Amino acid sequence: MSTTQMTPAPATEPALHDLLAGRQLPRWAPLAAAAAGIVISLLLNLISAVDGVAGTAVVAAILFVIFQTGWSLRVEGRRHAVDRLATTAVYATFVIAATPLIAVLATVFVKGIKVISMTFLTHSMRNVDTQGPGGGLQHAIVGTFQQVGLAALMGVPLGILAAIYLVEYTADAKSSRLARAIGFVVDVMTGVPSVIVGLFVYSAFILTLGLPRSGFAAAIALAILMLPVVVRSTEEMLRIVPRELREASLALGIPRWRTITKIVLPTALAGIITGVMLAIARIAGETAPLLLTTFLSQSFNYNAFKGPQAALPTFIWDQFTSGTQASQDRAWGGALVLITIVMLFYAGARLIARFTGVKKF
Amino acid sequence: MAKRIDIANLDAYYGTFKAVGDVSLSIEPKSVTAFIGPSGCGKSTVLRTINRMHEVIPRAYVTGQVLLDGEDIYGPDIDPVNVRRTIGMVFQRPNPFPTMSISENVVAGLTLDGKKRSKAELDSIVERSLRQANLWEEVKERLDRPGGGLSGGQQQRLCIARAIAVQPQILLMDEPCSALDPISTLAIEDLIEQLKADYTIVIVTHNMQQAARVSETTAFFNLPGVGQPGRLVEIAPTERIFSNPTQEATEDYISGRFG
Repeated sequence: MSTTQMTPAPATEPALHDLLAGRQLPRWAPLAAAAAGIVISLLLNLISAVDGVAGTAVVAAILFVIFQTGWSLRVEGRRHAVDRLATTAVYATFVIAATPLIAVLATVFVKGIKVISMTFLTHSMRNVDTQGPGGGLQHAIVGTFQQVGLAALMGVPLGILAAIYLVEYTADAKSSRLARAIGFVVDVMTGVPSVIVGLFVYSAFILTLGLPRSGFAAAIALAILMLPVVVRSTEEMLRIVPRELREASLALGIPRWRTITKIVLPTALAGIITGVMLAIARIAGETAPLLLTTFLSQSFNYNAFKGPQAALPTFIWDQFTSGTQASQDRAWGGALVLITIVMLFYAGARLIARFTGVKKF
Repeated sequence: MAKRIDIANLDAYYGTFKAVGDVSLSIEPKSVTAFIGPSGCGKSTVLRTINRMHEVIPRAYVTGQVLLDGEDIYGPDIDPVNVRRTIGMVFQRPNPFPTMSISENVVAGLTLDGKKRSKAELDSIVERSLRQANLWEEVKERLDRPGGGLSGGQQQRLCIARAIAVQPQILLMDEPCSALDPISTLAIEDLIEQLKADYTIVIVTHNMQQAARVSETTAFFNLPGVGQPGRLVEIAPTERIFSNPTQEATEDYISGRFG
């Protein structure tokens, strides 16, 4: 048996402000905790308890987390301590995620900018000694544009139409089973390594059907690679178009297909373009399927349907494996050009999306 | 041009769930008919069967007949697209097309049906429809601005203008004022009063005062029990429904004695 004891009301109630404000660490608390962590970590370094810059930094970070959380737990209570811990974790993961991205861009820029010149951008490697300096990569730019362009011509319409089928035409039970099957295949395709797709095109189109090794064969492989990305991203974008808009259109006596092409697709356009650009960015850097389908070339080949064609990824691979300082510089230059092209393309697509999609007011 | 509607023995289903059962009623041309009743009783479902919007929902279908001047709109050779051109609809939430300007929204039903029309013809339709919807004076200076930039009440009047731009015979309204403030509601009710000179109007509303204000005829729907299909309890001149209903359920509902 338990008895409930009435706790007597405190003689003096806390002031309302204190009740609402709670007890808080001073503003400079994180700085103080960080300073303490760094100082102690440096001292530990001095007495050789920790080694190296990285080790010292990690120990300082751990100490900072312990100090701040412990201090907060004592003064502010559990909820604030967890809040501070989570905030620190969010910032830390952001820095960890952003560091390699920025490092890659910076490295490519610093190492690549050295070889960028008018000659580099307007010449091929024909009659240039791959071991020595000179030459250029315009033949690779031409090849990449043609291969990625052809791949987009094949992959983007197919992918968007497949997504339209999956979202707009699978209402009844039978076709929704088919839709689930297609969705499964698309998911599996997302995970197929690019070299396997290259091998597939090599064996099915080049060996079996007799298609010559060409930029077009490479484009087929790239189209297969971009297809699942386009389907999935377009599907997501179509699904977030409100059903009310489709109903408003149908109720006006606008046929189904015009509702899709004139109302649903334009509303989702910005997102679809973003998805298509991600797919293009993915295939623009593919190397393995190109080596199997078009190999590489040191010369201009403007005909994507005949003969080996250069491309930026294979140019980078070829120059890097040549192994001399001059060729590796060219490889970095090629990487910088590839990244720049993809980024310019992305910016252009965003601009188009801004002026064609949902009207801002 | 306004036509009458006769619904006979209509059942509406969502998959295997029967939402409304055995509805028979008649709607006179150039009149306003209100559907009232508690949530889930199937009044919106019946409304959507009148222009074949019910079947737009996956696995939804109807049995029975909906006659438009004697013609069964569920007949085997009837094209639902043509039915919807003849019977327009305004929805609960204003839904202007976000990719279009105000004037493009108004004539969307015309520009997207595939027939070519001259710019001058479209311009005159924009003005006529917006005037009919009592919106012209407010938007005439900014016809090329996005429709989404208007207030909720203006957006709903834009949607009404869009619905009447295709010159339907009948206008269905599914709780057109439930997302609007009283002033916008009054504007829409005035508009309904004017539109009934040309159109047959059917309006679903949760607001019984609104039904009493705008309609000549009122149909009361009810849900006999959980999991059972909704029923049409009675349909009669609005005055009689609100003063002297024949059914006890109607009396309970309009007097507020009902959940």
